Amino acid sequence: MTKAIDSRRFNSTTRRELLKLTPVLALGAFAIPKLQQPLLKAGLGFSDWASELLFRRNHLAPTFSDSEVAPFTTFPINDYDVDDPGVDLEAWTLTVSGAVQKPGEYTLAQIQALPKIRQNTRHVCVEGWDVIGRFGGTRLSDFLKSIDADLNSRFIYVECADDYYESIDMATALHPQTLLCYEMYDRPLTREHGAPLRLTIPTKIGYKQAKYLTDLKVTNVLPRVGYWEDQGYSSFYGL
Amino acid sequence: MPETTFEVTAPKSENTELAVYEHPWPVRFCHWVNSIALLVLVGSGFQIFRAFPSFGAKIPQKDLLHWPKAFALGGWLGGGLQWHLTFMWIYIATGLFYFCYQLFSGNYRQVLFTAGDIRGVWPMVHYYFFFGPKPEPRHVYNPLQKLAYSSVLVLGVLSVLSGLAIWKPVQFSWLAWPMGGFHYARIWHFAVMWAILFFLLGHLIMVVLHGWNNFMSMLTGWKKNPEYVSR
Repeated sequence: MTKAIDSRRFNSTTRRELLKLTPVLALGAFAIPKLQQPLLKAGLGFSDWASELLFRRNHLAPTFSDSEVAPFTTFPINDYDVDDPGVDLEAWTLTVSGAVQKPGEYTLAQIQALPKIRQNTRHVCVEGWDVIGRFGGTRLSDFLKSIDADLNSRFIYVECADDYYESIDMATALHPQTLLCYEMYDRPLTREHGAPLRLTIPTKIGYKQAKYLTDLKVTNVLPRVGYWEDQGYSSFYGL
Repeated sequence: MPETTFEVTAPKSENTELAVYEHPWPVRFCHWVNSIALLVLVGSGFQIFRAFPSFGAKIPQKDLLHWPKAFALGGWLGGGLQWHLTFMWIYIATGLFYFCYQLFSGNYRQVLFTAGDIRGVWPMVHYYFFFGPKPEPRHVYNPLQKLAYSSVLVLGVLSVLSGLAIWKPVQFSWLAWPMGGFHYARIWHFAVMWAILFFLLGHLIMVVLHGWNNFMSMLTGWKKNPEYVSR
């Protein structure tokens, strides 16, 4: 099929077609220094929002057989500062505050008196590596119930002996695989792995699983989100 | 699908040019948005890869290659992740828009490689790589082109699926399963990127070889004097 068209009309047609692509130029906003950080922050925020939507309260992270667990010596030790912040294990207590009926100091024995969970789960680091380990501890949800925490609060905020700090959303805190972990590979946590108490959250990225816990707060407002988050990492980072 | 050929006549001249509207604006829009998104995703992907340039265990860590910082976007791991987690949405959104448009408009016939195209692949390969005779061009895309474009669309889908499998290994654990598990999904993601870059190299060489009218068709939609139309 052939149609005739005069060149002036043809040129205006092609010009109009070219102009239809101008919305593509909006991406240039990412090249403007003043706009770049706010745009990327919005993009990361959108990702976090989507992640929160995708999280399912009762969907379990994959678990593995004992033979699939990496040897203890190959379980990486990762921290932002020191391997061993020198916690006085004898005198250690977990300081609980915020929206709870029973705030105060909790000993490891009190936490260990709650039902014990043992699970082989994958630890995924934001850097890209992953490792399957064996973790033992008590469900954070059991502990929160034992201290009569307000489960409608939005966040659990924790501080650590090495001045690391973190926060997790309540839905993740109540997930059945989220543990206050005091054992790895059936032995008490070693100092490098966060003795005497750390978080194990198979539904979260590694940096959210804080070690050497000293303080736990149930709260609706976070003055700080987390050590890495406050430098630009994802706040939610659910897996 | 016969394309409508337009005979473009200049007022004070005897010359006429032929022109065909090849690419509707959604195709061109998605092409350029995703070109940019792809470059950002590759650059920031390398930044993320730099944090652990290996596909083995962390202990002991055996690096696959050291990727220079100059060819990575974002400055540091956190920055790379910000770019990656922002542009993946742009990449996915335009991808979905593209597939919906192609499907519902019927325009997919122009690009989709089908059984009928198989016969025409070898003559094109013969022509391009082994100095064979040039097959008669009859459509907007020749069979080899259709194969290349259809393949890269599949690669695009795979890049998203493998990406989602490593971004959400718990919520989308079923996604990683056919790839051999979470650990292998990361390798898939990396390999698919290289396959797309390989396509891109060939694509850019072809764009340069085929000249201005061909290049402009992806901007205006119109191609002047396409070789598959004869007077």
